[in-house]
Amino acid sequence: MRGALLAVDGITKAYPGVIANDHVSFSVAPGEVHALLGENGAGKSTLVKMIYGLVRPDAGAMQWNGAPYAPASPHVARQTGVAMVFQHFSLFEALNVAENVALGMENPPAMRELAGRIRTVSERYGLPLDPNRLVGELSAGERQRVEIIRCLLQEPRLLIMDEPTSVLTPQEVEILFETLKKLSTEGTAILYISHKLEEIRTLCDEATILRQGKVVGTCEPARKSARDLAEMMVGQALNIPTRQTGEPGEVVLEITGLSLASENPFGTALTDVNLTVRAGEVIGIGGVAGNGQDELLGALSGELPGVPTAIRLKGQDIGHLGPGQRRALGLLAAPEERLGHAAAPDMSLTENAALTGTVRERLADRGFMNWRRARSFAEAIIADFDVRTPGPENAARALSGGNLQKFVIGREVLQRPEVLVVNQPTWGVDASAAADIRQALLDLAHKGTAVVCISQDLDELMEISDRFAALNEGRLSAPRPTKGLSVEEIGLMMGGAHGLEAAHVPA
Amino acid sequence: MFRLEKRPAPSRAWTAATPVLAVLLTMLAGGALFAFLGTDPVAAIRTIFWDPIFGEFAFYYRGQLLVKAAPLILIAIGLSLGFRAGIWNIGAEGQYIIGAISGAALGLAFYPTENRLIFPAMVIAGAFGGWAWAMIPAILRTRFNTNEILVSLMLVYVAEAILASVSSGLLRNPDGMGFPGSRNFSDYPAAHNDFLIESAGVHWGVIAALIAVVFGHVLLNRHLLGFHIRLTGQAPRAARFAGVNPSLLVVVCLGISGALAGLAGLFEVSGPAGQISIDFNSNYGFTAIIVAFLGRLNPIGVMLAGLLMALTYVGGDAAASTLGLPAAAIQLLQGMLLFFLLAVDVLSNYRIRPGKREAA
Repeated sequence: MRGALLAVDGITKAYPGVIANDHVSFSVAPGEVHALLGENGAGKSTLVKMIYGLVRPDAGAMQWNGAPYAPASPHVARQTGVAMVFQHFSLFEALNVAENVALGMENPPAMRELAGRIRTVSERYGLPLDPNRLVGELSAGERQRVEIIRCLLQEPRLLIMDEPTSVLTPQEVEILFETLKKLSTEGTAILYISHKLEEIRTLCDEATILRQGKVVGTCEPARKSARDLAEMMVGQALNIPTRQTGEPGEVVLEITGLSLASENPFGTALTDVNLTVRAGEVIGIGGVAGNGQDELLGALSGELPGVPTAIRLKGQDIGHLGPGQRRALGLLAAPEERLGHAAAPDMSLTENAALTGTVRERLADRGFMNWRRARSFAEAIIADFDVRTPGPENAARALSGGNLQKFVIGREVLQRPEVLVVNQPTWGVDASAAADIRQALLDLAHKGTAVVCISQDLDELMEISDRFAALNEGRLSAPRPTKGLSVEEIGLMMGGAHGLEAAHVPA
Repeated sequence: MFRLEKRPAPSRAWTAATPVLAVLLTMLAGGALFAFLGTDPVAAIRTIFWDPIFGEFAFYYRGQLLVKAAPLILIAIGLSLGFRAGIWNIGAEGQYIIGAISGAALGLAFYPTENRLIFPAMVIAGAFGGWAWAMIPAILRTRFNTNEILVSLMLVYVAEAILASVSSGLLRNPDGMGFPGSRNFSDYPAAHNDFLIESAGVHWGVIAALIAVVFGHVLLNRHLLGFHIRLTGQAPRAARFAGVNPSLLVVVCLGISGALAGLAGLFEVSGPAGQISIDFNSNYGFTAIIVAFLGRLNPIGVMLAGLLMALTYVGGDAAASTLGLPAAAIQLLQGMLLFFLLAVDVLSNYRIRPGKREAA
């Protein structure tokens, strides 16, 4: 272990009912880009929170340049030279870039001087950013730059990045990687948290793989295949979804000139969305979060009804109908947010099965619930979709994310939809459950259902969809066949780098 | 120090035990209060909680118990349906008053006709009056997104003003020598809500309360509407996804609770109270809010809670007359009951662990 900048030795942290980190050890050398790889719930976030001084370990020790390091607060961590870019931004929309940066600094300089420094740093690292713009006007990618520059101004020795690419278009990811590589050549160590394997293979020198709080392996990611990495992460062989291509059938869903104001003041209005979906095909809808995905799902599920003719199902105008009536006609949906939207957290799985199943599974007779039927419907979902739970009387919130998602998707799939709309079907779901869900969607399409899959996971969309379209600021691009679509083309459909040139970084 | 730790699922045992624990804590704190007031706490608690059922004069008090409990239960059943869905009807007192006035007015309009249909017609008019009064906050909320808590509460004071007006004006007894208050229904058999079983205090309102308990239980547990009510209260977004129309639910829940409150008012005014007078209402509409929560918004629980609350009324009256406790002390006791119930409620969702809080 030559001159490690940060060495973590036997760190353990337990929360009630779960050991988040179990004797975790690894080290990062100066200038090294080190990946922490693991599924959701593997303990990555807890680990970096301890390094950043947000959480204190129960046992174990850390060393910084060979000296003991036990930060009592993020303040101490920052003074030592640790900076962190969080997955969720902490920015004030009503303030400009420089003011937001000043708020995060220990001793902010005068505003004009700070603006100058922001310009210098942003040019040096190829992150174009105007210090005088309001944060509220920036895209997600630009907001992330504000956070990164705020960190860089502290001249950190170790930069922690938590899932930084989930809000970026492919072009923006490229710009970010250039920046990180430049930082690394200057000697800044980077701790990069992700579960996206291709990214880690391109960017990182070393990887520590976590599973259920334990280190299960270390490797040089460039030397491993994505599949090897995935299997180390999951701990079992993965089933890659297989598809049998069938002939697309007749048009079942037509969306024509759909415009819809968002109910949420920070939401995105849909503008003139057009799409036709045929029986048996999978349409993938990509796009950076917050570009109208929730609104599109609401418009299709019937939660946000609108003009009758905007949506037609098998030739029938349904744009004005509510969720129950659309279900009766065969248009089913599964929203992104599992707890509180797709399922009621404190209700049993039986009750949650009845949540959308009442109409098509005939769980109510003249208004009276048939709970026995609802229970057997829930049991069928649990059995067919391998939902791990003691039984249908358990509350939805007691299930893990992946199991609940399998339940939610299974609930709709088993109702034999004509059209199924899903939003982020595998978000926050472990890899094996994600593979099962994708397989279920493909099987459903093979049986003749039209599937509309809204997702921010491009790999997922490339894997399962026949045609691809992207949402950008509430507008839907014209769909194109997925086969042969390049990453650059996809990125441009998603809005490119939001009008910004990829600045060239002199190496 | 102690810290609270969220349970993975609400504890069933604690959910059942917390009302009992709350009653015990109320007895302790109430006893301390009575001791502070210079009354023997043991005697006071016994007079309030024990004597009305098992004491020397229980034969008199037992009848009173159902008379007091019936309107509380009737109103609280309706309120608990709305509360389950997150629709806060705080104005049951107003719906109770308007229901009573509507039903009584109909009966008095036929005086002195004797016809078996008069009382049933009054019952319908009472329910209708309460329903109509509750439709005001319902429509304001669904049309203009006003807050139903404020509107329904303020309408109580409007209803009280109307009550004061009609009891000294429109509905005043023409043979009453100028005193405020309507004719007494005990003098008008066709419109009188007489006791069916006098010793037990059973009148038509008690029967209606029992039916309401069964109705509420079946609705919540067996009917699609009840499922949608629970869903809306627990996860409003999921309810909309399931296809619940939130506006319709507001109208239905406020309508049911208003109609039940109106019924309670009619049974009270035509029976135990006997006449429309400026103060015939005994704050049942507000006390029923406590009853609804004490009963955990569950119809069977509401029935038990209504009986318990009636006991504190009857026992409190007894304590006031025999031990000279001020009426305010009894009200304080009832307030404590709700306070402790809400306080110990935390135990069903959290467990207490010794240890320090996490730094971050």
